[in-house]
Amino acid sequence: MDLLLEGFQTALTPTNLLFAVIGVLLGTMVGVLPGIGPAMTVALLLPITYNVSPSSAVIMFAGIYYGGMYGGSTTSILLNTPGESSSVVTAIEGNKMAKVGRASQALATAAIGSFVAGTIGTVLLVLLAPTVADVVVKLGAPSYFAIMLLALFAVTAVLGSSKLRGFVSLFLGLAIGLVGTTTGQARLTFGRPQLADGIDIVVVAVAIFAIGEALWVAAHLRRKPLEIIPVGQPWMSREDWGRSWKPWLRGTAYGFPFGALPAGGAEVPTFLSYITERKLSKRPEEFGKGAIEGVAGPEAANNASAAGTLVPLLAIGLPTTATAAVILLALQSYGIQPGPQLFSAEPELVWGLLASLFVANTLLLVLNLPMAPMWAKLLQIPRPYLYAGILFFASLGAYSVNFAAFDLGLLLVFGLLGLAMRRFGLPVLPLIIGVILGPRLEEQLSQALAISQGDVSTLWGEPVAVVVYLVIVLILVGMVASRLRGGNGPSGPGGDPEAGSDASTDRERLSA
Amino acid sequence: MMYTRRGVLALAGALTVAGSASACGVTGGRQDASNRRLRMMIPNSPGGGYDQTGRAAAKTIEDNDLTGRFEIRNVLGASGTVAMQRLLNERGADDLVMTMGLGVVGAVFTNKSKARVSRMTPVARLIEDQEGILVPKDSPFESVDDLVATWKKDPGAVTVGGGSTAGGPDFLFPMQMAKTIGIDPRDVTFISYDGGGPLTTALLGSKIDVGMSGLGEFEGQIADGSLRVLAVSGKERTEMVDAPTLTEGGVDLVFSNWRGVLAPPGISAEQRRYLVDLFTTMHDTEEWREELRRNGWTDNFLTGDEFGDYLQEQDTRVETTLKELGLT
Repeated sequence: MDLLLEGFQTALTPTNLLFAVIGVLLGTMVGVLPGIGPAMTVALLLPITYNVSPSSAVIMFAGIYYGGMYGGSTTSILLNTPGESSSVVTAIEGNKMAKVGRASQALATAAIGSFVAGTIGTVLLVLLAPTVADVVVKLGAPSYFAIMLLALFAVTAVLGSSKLRGFVSLFLGLAIGLVGTTTGQARLTFGRPQLADGIDIVVVAVAIFAIGEALWVAAHLRRKPLEIIPVGQPWMSREDWGRSWKPWLRGTAYGFPFGALPAGGAEVPTFLSYITERKLSKRPEEFGKGAIEGVAGPEAANNASAAGTLVPLLAIGLPTTATAAVILLALQSYGIQPGPQLFSAEPELVWGLLASLFVANTLLLVLNLPMAPMWAKLLQIPRPYLYAGILFFASLGAYSVNFAAFDLGLLLVFGLLGLAMRRFGLPVLPLIIGVILGPRLEEQLSQALAISQGDVSTLWGEPVAVVVYLVIVLILVGMVASRLRGGNGPSGPGGDPEAGSDASTDRERLSA
Repeated sequence: MMYTRRGVLALAGALTVAGSASACGVTGGRQDASNRRLRMMIPNSPGGGYDQTGRAAAKTIEDNDLTGRFEIRNVLGASGTVAMQRLLNERGADDLVMTMGLGVVGAVFTNKSKARVSRMTPVARLIEDQEGILVPKDSPFESVDDLVATWKKDPGAVTVGGGSTAGGPDFLFPMQMAKTIGIDPRDVTFISYDGGGPLTTALLGSKIDVGMSGLGEFEGQIADGSLRVLAVSGKERTEMVDAPTLTEGGVDLVFSNWRGVLAPPGISAEQRRYLVDLFTTMHDTEEWREELRRNGWTDNFLTGDEFGDYLQEQDTRVETTLKELGLT
């Protein structure tokens, strides 16, 4: 505890506080822009390590990381344009909330949820970093394969009322995930080297969500009266708080361990959190129309995962995300080697960093919470201008990654797919999950089988994998049992309004 | 009427020509040799190996006022193939260089691209990085001999991991080593990891038997003893770790992962000389020594035709290796 207090002394010097503020602001900005992420920002700022002390640099980089995790949610909610892969899920409920005049509440629950999760995550980081890191390397490809399989299994819960449409969407996503040469073979690349590395999930999400919607609105603008987005309450009501706090905690519980796992990442826990909230909600009918739980959970999950990432980084020098890898590079350029000896060799740096994470979290809250009602006013812009702005913003983001016109073409193609999916009432979430999970599932499977040289029994050769398979079996048995008992299983009809509502509004729109 | 219209057209045409000529002047900076603006392409993301080397070189050049500013652009895609294609397309561009290395040579083959290194204008090889053979702390392998003996007995049973995809340095090194000790490269069990981080995880968890990679990302684990280095691949030992070279360990192979600078094909001899001189002057500065030291890079400078011959040799060698594996 004394060490942490000393850490706060390091973090709260005027210089370091300034670096934390710069980091948080920068992080929020790059989080907002699709295409530029925290990893790239930190990498471009690496040269400052020539002139700035290690503590200040690391404190700024951590601010960028946390800020990026938060910033992505703002555009997700307001413009349906996720800035980072970790805030893709936020767009699903968040943007629906914004459309019914609850943008302020969505932004607030995201900000507070991020703060809560980031703080709990940082506490866990302080407590666990020295001990937990050795455990995470024990997990190999078979365990990850099982975990990803479980996650894919969870998708069945969000397929929508029409199973057929849900599966069409899921398989579209898995097909998009096949593009690339990761297996050594060029698949679906059509001879374009630009497709060799696969298609970025952010490009897919921005295109399906933002471009698809802009095209849809443009196609119906003349035939439908203008929907005025009501101006709602600026702050979260008591009910909103009551509905948010549990998702915050559950999101944290998903995010932190996934962040700490070398192949975990921030995307999988966000949609696991979303699916859980949807299952547990007392008002499942609100999901798909703007349920606050669907924003609170995933936003907590992505921030907690950022904290989790620092566990293996600080404890054994193991970067588990691109951003962590660049932060490691920065440490190394100072001649500092993270690892078990880091806590004793560089106490000022480590505890200063940990304290600065608390500071960065508080700063994010202080900076963003008062902004929420202001941001929400953005939606008062007349629709043609608003959507033109969204199109511009999405294109800029896609173009900024590589400065290649090819990426804009890609954006448009997926935008048209998004339009078609709206037209035919296909739910978008299964597609997004397919794009995220497909390649990971495949990578872990091929890695496991490559190591075992084709011996399939390796897949249940790790204890964690066995436990996960048991969980899958239990879920299956539970589903079958409830189907037999009442015919209205957890994923049965009526349990899911999204696709149904999409389809019905679709019909309304057509007849209008 | 006709005359006036023609006059306007001629004037417009003249303006266009003048405009494009002056535009060339600005980008090419022909007038003042000491203040040219150059563009540098980097074929991987910020923070990656080529990026660090390219930006360090550009910074050294700028800080010493050797030329004007650099406009640096990361062109990602297919392990450098996309950037190589762009370099090829910018034939004759006199203000462009690209930082690249061995990995790009291989990627061009595995992606079946025609933008081979031998078609570009060689400028300079800057640095090299040795590959190391890494094993977990409690691995049964104590020396290169142990590894070679077990590997030869059952080539497929030794799982080798690397931080690059097929065609990258961490892939080429074990394949060439296997061939040197008489193992068919096709029998090697190679697991490709997405960079040093995942490879470290696999090694620490003993998921694979051996890891082959540049040692920079493993310093921490080597220092605290959780990973051991059986050998390094260079001609001489490196200061970074206490390990013998492969040749000392009885394997007749010297392998280095180099990085250097290329220019587009079709540039004038004068422009080529200018670029070679620029990087030679850069190489002689104190700041560059400091960059080498800071990043743990081994100086391995080579320019012009000699670098061209070296590229040719590397191109052929990589092609042979990949062809044997059926990857080209």
